[in-house]
Amino acid sequence: MGIAVSAAAQAREHPPIGTSGPIGWLRANLFGTWWSTAVTLLLGWLLLRWAWGLIDWGVVHAVWTVPQTPQGGPDPARCRALQGAGACWAMIGDKARFILFGQYPYQQQWRPALCVLLFIALYGVSASRRFWRRELGYLWVLVLAAILALMWGGFAGLPFVANDQWGGLPITLLLSTFGLALAFPLAVLVALGRRSRELPVVRLLCVLYVELIRGVPLISLLFMASVMFPLFMPEGMNPDKLLRAQVAFILFAAAYLAEVVRGGLQALPKGQTEAADALGLSYWAKVRLVVLPQALRLVIPPLVNTFIGFFKDTSLVLIIGLTDLLTAGKVALADPVWTGFAREVYLFLAVIYFAFCFAMSRYSRGLEAHLAAARSR
Amino acid sequence: MTSSPLARLPAVLLIAGLLPAAAAAQGSGSATLDAVRGRGQLVCGVAGAVPGFSLPDSQGVMRGLDADGCRAIAAAVFGDANKVKFVNLSTENRFTALQSGEIDVLIRSTTWTLGREANLGGLFAGVNYYDGTGFLVKAAAGVKSARELDGATICVQPGTSTELAIADYFRNNNMKFTPLLIENRAELESAFLSGRCDTYSTDSSALATFRATQPKKEDFVLLPEIISKEPLSYMVRKGDDKWFDIVRWSYFAQLTAEEEGVTSKNVDEQLASTDPNIRRLLGTEGDMGKALALDNKWAYYIVKQVGNFGEMWDRDIAVLGVPRGINNLWTKGGLQYAPPLR
Repeated sequence: MGIAVSAAAQAREHPPIGTSGPIGWLRANLFGTWWSTAVTLLLGWLLLRWAWGLIDWGVVHAVWTVPQTPQGGPDPARCRALQGAGACWAMIGDKARFILFGQYPYQQQWRPALCVLLFIALYGVSASRRFWRRELGYLWVLVLAAILALMWGGFAGLPFVANDQWGGLPITLLLSTFGLALAFPLAVLVALGRRSRELPVVRLLCVLYVELIRGVPLISLLFMASVMFPLFMPEGMNPDKLLRAQVAFILFAAAYLAEVVRGGLQALPKGQTEAADALGLSYWAKVRLVVLPQALRLVIPPLVNTFIGFFKDTSLVLIIGLTDLLTAGKVALADPVWTGFAREVYLFLAVIYFAFCFAMSRYSRGLEAHLAAARSR
Repeated sequence: MTSSPLARLPAVLLIAGLLPAAAAAQGSGSATLDAVRGRGQLVCGVAGAVPGFSLPDSQGVMRGLDADGCRAIAAAVFGDANKVKFVNLSTENRFTALQSGEIDVLIRSTTWTLGREANLGGLFAGVNYYDGTGFLVKAAAGVKSARELDGATICVQPGTSTELAIADYFRNNNMKFTPLLIENRAELESAFLSGRCDTYSTDSSALATFRATQPKKEDFVLLPEIISKEPLSYMVRKGDDKWFDIVRWSYFAQLTAEEEGVTSKNVDEQLASTDPNIRRLLGTEGDMGKALALDNKWAYYIVKQVGNFGEMWDRDIAVLGVPRGINNLWTKGGLQYAPPLR
């Protein structure tokens, strides 16, 4: 009898295999009804077909290397013979360094490569909450200065490389990192200014700034910076093209970020500022210790959304003749040796863009979860 | 009507800008040449994305007919063809870059037209490529002439001079056509390949390049009619005639060298030549370089380091499968003609 009881107890401990575990999950979510089963099978079949097509094209039939022509250039005949049935990764092999670093002198391309690594390391360190203290600000200034110094060179035996020869991934990272790093403080000031009751002129200026910038597309702002601006300058005086684009980007990003930050400021209960006032905090102490930490926490999702959008918007510098990652890819495609292999190039670019954007969005989710946990404690 | 202070502002800025330029102009008589020498580098505006004309290779080095034209000018000025900075320009900002002094010379497959020369403050210094709108058809279609294209669907990029040229041509000949407009060149070409249009129309140089990169180029035929004139030219700012001379004669020197059979390979032997034309070209006789405010061996440096016009053509254009055609020397039935270098 004892045995029977324990068997029954075991039966209670382990529910029937069809209602729990992976199989139970499948039954509940994918094969619950006839309708659901049909949709699952159809989508599964499409997914498999698509995945198989991708593997077949990208791996099985792909060409990884091509022989050299007698002149020393690559001979794309093997790729062309595929007629699109397989990927021509040999093209990426030939063009990767150009796509990543543009017209930076070939022998010196370890410098932009190192800069990209520095950028990624800087992001990594900044993302780790262990390093969130005052020194991180100094580290940013230091690393960004080091990156610029390394790109320009002109010291310690490194040949000087003018910034019109920079291109590819470093340009994309430079524009977006400097753009966001400088636009963010400006955005906070503009958002505060727009909410200011005591300073009507400042408020008016902030409103004007935000509405003017938001009223025109980024592309026209870039055109203004690159086409109109030089005409107003005396002949021969040309502020650097990259700098002009960078300033246009900062102004543009700041206007959008300011509105995001203002959203956070508005969502903050009035009691918070009143309590800070009651403690006798000065305006800036109130903003720094009470308002911003709470307001910014509220707007992490739209902030990251703006960051990601802005990161991709840097590709618009194409129209003013700067060679960012996307432009470098397009220029690589214009090479008659490799025309027609657009899919490979765009896939390569998409993977790079995706890696950065996905890392940003994953990180923001982690940060939100952490901050939410902190609040519920 | 009196001018408002605001309307006078550009003039004031212009004068303020010209003052330092005028002060510097006492050197060679050319403000641009002095500026180029002062900075030790020629700043040359190119497209940077057009195969055959200016396109960086896999190592990032600018290649093409336009890029080599820039190198020739640098060789003439400095005796060193590598002292060039290439500035990539879009079709939108190319003229501003020239007007504002950002570049010294614009060599960006720019068509020479009256409107541009009269309105944009620029001078066209020489035609390095005579291009024109052409038609490419599939050989299987059996079309032999553009006159047989009545009712055809034509693949063309929107907003280009090609589109206007086609409309003019078909209206003149009382024919009808359906345009298939696609902005992106690669998509346009795949539309043509997949048979969505009967013919693909753009500059004949681009058509020849496209044909040459196809797996079986015999499947495509370039129709004999060229329906528009697109003389692609060097461009400099108005108001600096000495600089204009240097740019124009750097190009003429390359043509003269080809005509006289002087190449980068044999130029050192040709220094001993007794032919007065070659002696004047290479600076062993006369003061041709001095007249341009350059070294007398200016043309020697050009030919030695960049080559003559035919060598440039073979290196940059012929490899794309484009026939020399009207771009041949006048002695060989083409349009390329240099005035006497004496």
